Amino acid sequence: MTDATKYMSHLELGERDETFLDSNELIINMGPQHPATHGVLRVILKLDGEKVLGTECVIGYLHRGVEKIAENRTYTMFNPYVDRMDYVAAVSNGLGYCEAVEKLMNIQAPPRANYIRVILTELNRIASHQLWLGTHALDIGAMTPLFYTFRDREEILKIFEKYCGARLTTHAFRIGGCQYETYDGFEKDVQNFVTFVRPKIDEYEALLTSNRIWLERTREVGKISAKDCIALGVTGPVLRASGVKWDIRKAQPYAAYSEFDFEIPIGEKGDTYDRYLVRMAEMRQSLRIVEQAVGKIPSGPIMAKVPKVIKPPAGEIYHSIEAPKGELGYFIVSDGSTQPYRLRVRPPSFVNLQALDIMVRGQLVADVIAVIGTLDIVLGEVDR
Amino acid sequence: MVQRLKRQFGSGLNPVTYLGQNYMEVDRSLIPEILQILHDQEQFDYCVDVTAVHYPERQRQFDVLWILYSFPLNERIRVKTQIADGETLPTCVDIWPTANWLEREVFDMFGIRFDRHPDMKRILLPEDWKGFPLRKDYGIIQQDTEWVKINLGIESGQ
Repeated sequence: MTDATKYMSHLELGERDETFLDSNELIINMGPQHPATHGVLRVILKLDGEKVLGTECVIGYLHRGVEKIAENRTYTMFNPYVDRMDYVAAVSNGLGYCEAVEKLMNIQAPPRANYIRVILTELNRIASHQLWLGTHALDIGAMTPLFYTFRDREEILKIFEKYCGARLTTHAFRIGGCQYETYDGFEKDVQNFVTFVRPKIDEYEALLTSNRIWLERTREVGKISAKDCIALGVTGPVLRASGVKWDIRKAQPYAAYSEFDFEIPIGEKGDTYDRYLVRMAEMRQSLRIVEQAVGKIPSGPIMAKVPKVIKPPAGEIYHSIEAPKGELGYFIVSDGSTQPYRLRVRPPSFVNLQALDIMVRGQLVADVIAVIGTLDIVLGEVDR
Repeated sequence: MVQRLKRQFGSGLNPVTYLGQNYMEVDRSLIPEILQILHDQEQFDYCVDVTAVHYPERQRQFDVLWILYSFPLNERIRVKTQIADGETLPTCVDIWPTANWLEREVFDMFGIRFDRHPDMKRILLPEDWKGFPLRKDYGIIQQDTEWVKINLGIESGQ
């Protein structure tokens, strides 16, 4: 039990620890309406002067009961709802859900659909990382990256809009494949985007990577070891920045990922700066995947043979994908009817947020902002 | 591995493979021991998720599941057990600290308590919420009507 207490994040609000400045021990509230909490996250901080002694997260402000909604909708009707969880990476959510139901029904999306899925998902990963970079830098005090990243993210959203008519909550995929054939000039647009954004990523790096203020604010801030990451179930770039080379796209490939050549960038120290570098490298890897995929989209149908009424046989399935934030899993129990008997979402943000406490303990209040940013949480997904 | 566990625990453990995914149906009484063994000896070092399913027509109403993953083996396994309403389960926070919030969510949504959990309280819903929403017998609009009656003084907002 001694080991476990290290990870416990609840505060004994009545108790007072012996502190250096005992009279100044303070409990304050950060959020829920705080611009740097990326939504409605409330963090109770226990402070000794500027030093954080402990934190407790209060979440649920955005809870919509997605899992209960799923039980009262058919499989097809529920599909657009998943976009509303991690709304900056809606395509990834849809991919995970569609693949889980396909697995449960034992159908295979055709190769052309898989290629379109990979291209859109990777573009969405870049968009998600760009949004993360812009807001994270803004939290820390650098304003310019926000304008740069939003300017370039717009190009991705334009491709989405041309493809399926929506920019954020795309609902791009259907169970069994994709609903829409690519529009004329899709490949050209994607290729143009790749050549357009590659130097832009260098531009972001020119602003930040060796910027003295950025280094001071991120190096040695919010360190977390690989052991702690695994114990706390932290996945995604946060885990990789701590030195664990693990990515579901490689470990248990889905869609068409096994056909592409890409690397898993990892960090060493597991601090905020390493996580920044890992995400920057990931954007470049995503571009590599998109570039490979767009050149050789196979021809053929975009939908598998799917019955008009989706009625998976009774049984259960767990399927997970590598979302931009980490492992996004769907656990579906079917009773043979048209509605899921139980649908559980394993959200990466929710689990990653649990690591906040161990990452900020002993650091300064300003670092809490940096760490919330670096965890890359989306409250829509934390609360569901 | 499954064979080894099967030999050790006999009829209390029933390994199943469905659609290429492995899971074990385990007797409630064996849960603490099996989870400990899976972590310590079988290298399942990452607890992906803890969740539950409600079957109101059954004697033992709840299925509780642990979805586990092993980094060294690159393998997933699910452990599943049945418990009755009101029955508790031992916490696995001391095995996988990540279970802390996941178990709180199970309690929040299903009302299943975990013994010796350091902080067993609601996580997503407000403290004074009535009932457990993911139970099958929980009415979707009952909470709403009650709130509307008290706060707006009308019969129904629907």
